[in-house]
Parts: sequence; C-alpha cells; structure tokens
Amino acid sequence: MHFLDFEKPIAELEGKIEELRHLSDADEMNIAEEVGRLQQKVEKQLKAVYAKLTPWQKAQVARHPDRPHCLDYIKALFTDFTPLAGDRLYAEDHALVGGLARFRGEPVVVMGQEKGHDTDTRLKHNFGMVRPEGYRKAQRLMDLADRFHLPVLTMVDTAGAYPGVGAEERGQSEAIARSIEKGLNLKVPMVTCVIGEGGSGGAIAIATGNVVMMLEHSIYAVISPEGCAGILWRSGEMAQQAAEALRLTAQDLLEFKIIDEIIGEPMGGAHRNRAVTFERVGDAFERHLSTLSTLEGGVLRARRREKFLAMGRQGLS
Amino acid sequence: MNWLTNFVRPKIRSLVGPKEVPENLWRKCPSCGHMIFHKELEKALRVCTHCGHHMRLPVKQRLKLLFDGGAYTTIELPKPAHDPLRFKDLKRYGDRLKDAQAKTGEKDAILVAHGKLQGQNVVIAAFDFDFMGGSMGMAVGEGLVAAAELAILQKAPLIAIPASGGARMQEGILSLMQMARTTVAVDKVKEAGLPYIVLLTDPTTGGVTASFAMLGDIAIAEPGAVIGFAGARVIEATIRETLPEGFQRAEYLLDHGMVDKVVPRTELKETLGTILSMLTHTTAQGEVVPLPSDKAPVKAKVVEKEKTAEATTVQDADFEVVHDGSADKAKPAE
Repeated sequence: MHFLDFEKPIAELEGKIEELRHLSDADEMNIAEEVGRLQQKVEKQLKAVYAKLTPWQKAQVARHPDRPHCLDYIKALFTDFTPLAGDRLYAEDHALVGGLARFRGEPVVVMGQEKGHDTDTRLKHNFGMVRPEGYRKAQRLMDLADRFHLPVLTMVDTAGAYPGVGAEERGQSEAIARSIEKGLNLKVPMVTCVIGEGGSGGAIAIATGNVVMMLEHSIYAVISPEGCAGILWRSGEMAQQAAEALRLTAQDLLEFKIIDEIIGEPMGGAHRNRAVTFERVGDAFERHLSTLSTLEGGVLRARRREKFLAMGRQGLS
Repeated sequence: MNWLTNFVRPKIRSLVGPKEVPENLWRKCPSCGHMIFHKELEKALRVCTHCGHHMRLPVKQRLKLLFDGGAYTTIELPKPAHDPLRFKDLKRYGDRLKDAQAKTGEKDAILVAHGKLQGQNVVIAAFDFDFMGGSMGMAVGEGLVAAAELAILQKAPLIAIPASGGARMQEGILSLMQMARTTVAVDKVKEAGLPYIVLLTDPTTGGVTASFAMLGDIAIAEPGAVIGFAGARVIEATIRETLPEGFQRAEYLLDHGMVDKVVPRTELKETLGTILSMLTHTTAQGEVVPLPSDKAPVKAKVVEKEKTAEATTVQDADFEVVHDGSADKAKPAE
C-alpha cells in the first residue's frame, strides 16, 4: 500500500499491525487482541482524515497510484469487452481505451482515459494523456454507438490532453472540439463518471454526458492546481492554494450544478476497497441508463445540449 | 514633502508643467525593428509597413475594419457574474474584473456586433484581448450564445473572432463548461444552414481553440497569429527540446491542414465577403461610396466612434504570450 503524506499516522499504525503479525513466537491471543485494537484505531483515523480532506489532499487521492483506473472498471463491470483500436487516420492511442462491451447484459460502447498502474503500462498508456488520435478514436466509437443505438459510458481520468509538438501538428484542439461536439450530439444515452482526475479540455472531450457523476474524492478542473499556481502565483509550489481556489472537488461541482451525482467511496478512498467501488459505480451507471433508455434519441440529444447550453447562465444578470 | 507641496504642486504643475507629450509617436515593429510613425501604423491597420508583421488590432478597430463604413451595432449582453468562486490568487478576481472593466470600458472580453459586411448582414462575435487576455468565462460564453441566437434570428452568417489565451481560470470549472456551451451555440448556427466562419487572430489558444474556434465551416487565420492548444512553454517543458521554427503560427497551421487560409489584414474584408457571398448564394457588393455631389448618406447607427488613434495605440505587441489553456497569461513583458 502506498501511503499519502497526510496518512502518516495511519501508515504507522498499519506498520505496527504488520510487525505484530510477523511476531510468530509471541502469545497468539494477545497479538490478535492487539491487532484488533490497532485496526479499530486505523479505521477511526481513516474516517476522521477522509471526512475532511482538503482539496489538495483530494487531488492526491484522485491521483493515487493504487486508485482503480479505467481498465480496472472495465474488467470488473463489463463482459465481452472488445477493445477497438485506431482513428483510421494516423495511429492507435493507448491513452484512450474503449470498445464494445456488455454492461450487465446490455451491449454498450465504453471508453475512458487509462493511466496505467506500473512503469510499463504507464508508458504504454502515456500516463492517460491523450493525443489527437485518441480523441478521434473516441469520435469513431461515438459514431458507432449512434449508428447501432448503443449507450455510451465514459470514464474520465486524465491530467490533461498531451502537450507535444506532434499533438499540436495533428490538431489537438480540433480533435478535442470535435469530440465535445460529437458527444453533445449523440442520440443515445451518454453517462459519464469522473473516476480520478478530470483535467481540463482533455477531460471534457469525453465528459458531455446526459448524466455526469464523480467519485467522492475525484477532482475536475479547468487547469491542474500546479499549472494554475505556476501562472497566477508564478510558483508551482502554491499548488495547495490553487487547489483551494479552483473549487475542484466533487462536492464543489455538485454545488455549482456542473455534475449530477457524487458516488461515495469506501472508507479511506476507492483504492482501499476496489470491489465496493466497482459495485457502486456499476449500480449508478445502471440506474441512470435505465432511466435514460426510456427516452427517445432526439429528446436525449436535445436535453443534453440544453443542459450544457445553460451552464454558467445562472449568475449572469 | 509636506502638505504644501502635496497640495500646491500638482496645481502648479498642471499650469506650467510639461505638456503631455505623447510618448509613443513612433512604434518599433517587434519583428523587424523598423520604426513606424503611429499615424502611419494606424493607417496600415497595425501591419508593419516594412516587413508585414501583423500587430494585435484592438477589437473595436477590428470591427470598424470589417463592417461597411465602419458602422455596426453592438448588442447588450447580460452583466457578468461577479466572481462565482470568490477566487483569489495574488489579487482578487473581483478586482481584476473591475480593473479590466475600467481599462477597456467593456463589461467582459467579448463584443457582439451586427451590421453589413460587403452589403451582407453578418453577426460578429469578437474577443477583446485587452480584457484579461481575452479569457473565456461565463460572460464570454454568454456572448457567443447571444451571437449565435442573433445570427439565427437574423438569418445571418456568424463570424467568430477569437483572440484569447483560453479559459478563464478564475471561474474554474464554470469556464471549462463554456467549451461545451459554445460548441452547442455554434452548432445551432450551422444547423440553421447558416455559415459559421472563424477568423483566428493572435493569440488563439487553450480551451478557446479546443471548442468553437476549431469548428468553423471555414477557418481563416491572420498572418503570424499564434494558434494552438498547449502553450509553447508547457510543450517545451514536456518534451525538453526546442520547438520547430514558426511552431503554432498561422502559416504552420496552414501547412498542417488546420486552417483554410492565411489572409493579410488588408484583404480580410474582401475575402470574407467573397466567401460569404458564395456560401449564401448572393452577389458580393462593394461598399457604397457616395458620389461627391450626393448629400452625405444617412449613416447606420455608428455605435463606436473610434477614439483618436493615440488613445488606443500601443501596448499590444509588447505582450508576452504564455498561453496554455488559461487566462491571464498575457502579461506585459517586464
């Protein structure tokens, strides 16, 4: 288990528990008792710490290396997953994964940014930073969904679209703009869940759902706290302050009515109990899909467009 | 210094002190270093008479340049939301807004105008780069929505003219949502069968590029304009190499198939008129020039009387553009 800075007391307790477990020659009874006592303490601490995470701490939880990523959800929640590759124009981008799959029996198109979980996979998936090819693949998949009346489920987890020379040359901005456009115009249900980090344009490219949800400790912002601090404070070290100022937590976004629902995470974050996290995300997807699939295609499209068209209208006078 | 000097001196100064001498009678071209007399520069639409470098054109001059006879009507936009996040960095966003409003005399970074362009009705949504780097927040989004609605109402083509560092960070997620919002707005124009043309000017970056600005039926760019998604500095930091010559410039985008045309400022109006006349199946008209013997024609309501050239000159070319998807990155070079 990888512990975050603010989890230090918890890490120490967990360390003690481990130690005790390895004491083979000591009195078994006493150890079990002590372990139980310590575990209660851990739970209490976790509850206390996670009940009032600061925005910056949430950013760290959202980026936790052990946090379940897109492919973990796909594996846990979908059957017959058939990954589809390539934009038919230039390349296959592993930073955005997706394809056909069955979700609780029903065929759907599922996609999301994949960050990878170790050095090899992180490199393969480019740390979840998508290039234009990835967004064009997303458009292809959305077209496919539209054509065959398959709902679209998207999972958002990216620090942002990849900033590189090649990406610019091949039209990163155009690719993102068209993805947004395509998502908004779908005539099938689209449900989005931000499972980790929702980084700016790279995130919203696939986050134009009829329903947009966020996991309890995920974040979604116009710019990363570090980037914001670098520009407005002229110092990347002010990221904590920037995280506060940006109002990037799921709770903030619900308040601003940018998202529709927060999915609660297990005690201590999604990574501490993956099975429960998957179950809750799956249930939420199913609940919204069953409501949305009763609506006609034109209505789905119109409602989605009106929803995004109204964003930010409140507050203007 | 005592109360007397404080109190008396300014008055005396105003009487005998040096008269305000305009400091920037001569402008140095940031590209070739050529010195150009300010009046000459204004006459040349802020294009260097020596090397053709296009300096930034203030939004009102831009509108004046494009509309027939410089006549246009701006529409009233809703009042900008006052700092929804209560955002504060080194300065309060509320104060930044007020400063920008005082500096530009506008409510936010967009003007929506309608009038005639080579005889055709058009609606233009033009960004004001002098207003917080033209960054897109809720009010700018609202401007584009209003422009789209007006275009549909008037059955007129929509021309969007971004000059923006990107989304306005100080409005957080609400500014990011303007990407989706403006996309819906311009799509509605297209669905109404009306042309939607984007004129990309220096700079067009970040969230603005990655939404409505890249969705035009036709995309035209001004020579030398910086157009891109990620900021050059961010890219350099990521790839740790120097960027290719002319990277993210209009000509570079043309070479890479991202814009239709790079058009010099002097030919903009004609090009737009020609394209629109073909897309709307009308005949392009030249501007109506009254004969000398005629009485002065009744002018359309000219909302913006251009102030003297001096009042609006300077500053822009000395900006350092740090665009990377966020606001306020155009800071005067220090």
